[in-house]
Amino acid sequence: MSYNFAYLDEQTKRMIRRAILKAVAVPGYQVPFGSREMPLSYGWGTGGVQVTASVIGPGDVLKVIDQGADDTTNAVSIRHFFARTTGVATTTRTDQATLIQTRHRIPETPLRPGQIVVFQVPIPEALRWLEPREVETRKMHALEEYGVMYVRLYEDITRHGRVAQTYEYPVIVNGRYLMRPSPIPKFDNPKLDRCPALLLFGAGREKRIYAVPPWTTVKSLDFDDHPFEVEHWDRPCGLCGARGIFLDELIVDDKGGRLFICSDTDYCSRRQAVRPDGEALS
Amino acid sequence: MSGPGDERPLLGVRGLVKRYGAQVGCLDVGFDLWPGEVLGIVGESGSGKTTVLDCLSGRVTADGGQVVYVNGAGVGVDMVGLDESARRRLLRSEWGVVHQNARDGLRMGVSAGANVGERLMALGARHYGRVRGQAFDWLGRVEIGQDRIDDLPETFSGGMLQRLQIARNLVTAPRLVLMDEPTGGLDVSVQARLLDLLRGLVEDLGLSAVIVTHDLAVARLLAHRLLVMRGGEIVEAGLTDQVLDDPQHPYAQLLVSSVLHP
Repeated sequence: MSYNFAYLDEQTKRMIRRAILKAVAVPGYQVPFGSREMPLSYGWGTGGVQVTASVIGPGDVLKVIDQGADDTTNAVSIRHFFARTTGVATTTRTDQATLIQTRHRIPETPLRPGQIVVFQVPIPEALRWLEPREVETRKMHALEEYGVMYVRLYEDITRHGRVAQTYEYPVIVNGRYLMRPSPIPKFDNPKLDRCPALLLFGAGREKRIYAVPPWTTVKSLDFDDHPFEVEHWDRPCGLCGARGIFLDELIVDDKGGRLFICSDTDYCSRRQAVRPDGEALS
Repeated sequence: MSGPGDERPLLGVRGLVKRYGAQVGCLDVGFDLWPGEVLGIVGESGSGKTTVLDCLSGRVTADGGQVVYVNGAGVGVDMVGLDESARRRLLRSEWGVVHQNARDGLRMGVSAGANVGERLMALGARHYGRVRGQAFDWLGRVEIGQDRIDDLPETFSGGMLQRLQIARNLVTAPRLVLMDEPTGGLDVSVQARLLDLLRGLVEDLGLSAVIVTHDLAVARLLAHRLLVMRGGEIVEAGLTDQVLDDPQHPYAQLLVSSVLHP
């Protein structure tokens, strides 16, 4: 027995494509869709997998990222899933991929026109912890009532001296809709703004799809006197020496030894490959 | 204070009807509210006072009648047929609503400063320092210690919560405030202080307000004019002192005589 191309049946793909088209037409707006059971559990990227399955074609080259890495369980199994059900070529290289499904990071290598990035989203509703009623949050989106989001930023600054939110930092898309970027670190927020690639967001359990079309403005919320800032590290990557990119902290021994390395494994390994000695920096 | 000399009332209510199934909420209620005026609505529980207030704010949809509000641009809008987006915009800019239970009108999970600042931020204030400055200022005006600005409302007493709710509403200088039993559930001395405060604010800011209360002493202190309601209808209307000192309708007489020192 064999599955249909990309696992989902054609009618389902058609339904999801319609939702995607609507999402692209209204940037940042959450479009409901009939999310299907997928052969992986909720929280592992069922939304992203369905979006990917609906847009993937035989000519695509697929890359799958999990927290920046190409070699973690989630990334490996989803990549394997599509390799088996579509036979498309896969890669770990951002610059060679036409379709990138990602969990919680945007690659360090700049995206280019024609690429599609699919995000796995656990909770699509930006107002979720501020307003418990779904009916009310939809109304707030419809009427553009986003004052309460600023109340949250105000509280953060009051308690911590700065906005303490470091991931899924709220943004306004195209000057209109408040959007929760899938839990990417706020470090990646500037990459959303006027991004040349098409960005699609799929939430399987919550049954929502939203999108940021290429070259759309995406503004991170802030106050005039507390402007939006991204994280900085005072040291380079311990493996490739890169600066100004997102680093993960690793504990390497039981004596408190730490190593800060690139979260983006593709970026890091290609930088190491061009270094003549290949030795890790200390 | 301005009066009938102005060409148009701020709020003109005509023939307001609300039924809850076979029950009458309010029946053919009509009155004018002039700029700078405080109108009291008194009556026993179940007389339709709160229904009238809810119809004005649009929390309850009236079955019939007109509520014409003259907005800041001088345009009369009928609140009964108004679409929800315009109504909600009005409610967070030109109107204020003070609930009987302060917890209904506050965000209990965020600090006092954020509660006061919310309306400012909803109207587009994007400067943290200035929002906080105004919140600071308003906490002082409603006699909440300014060192409490970062405390959660959970830690406030009942009277402080009510004052915080008032500050939260008045911070954007609304043109009309609707209050439902603003002193309900507070002990007498706290009530007195709150009334003092409200009276001062109403005079300083030239607020127009509709105050619903069953407490005639509150009405006496705050309201310029009174409506007496019973069974969903207005049975008597007039200047506060006139209604309280010389009630004409039998029910108004009963209401006044049932209080020891109105």
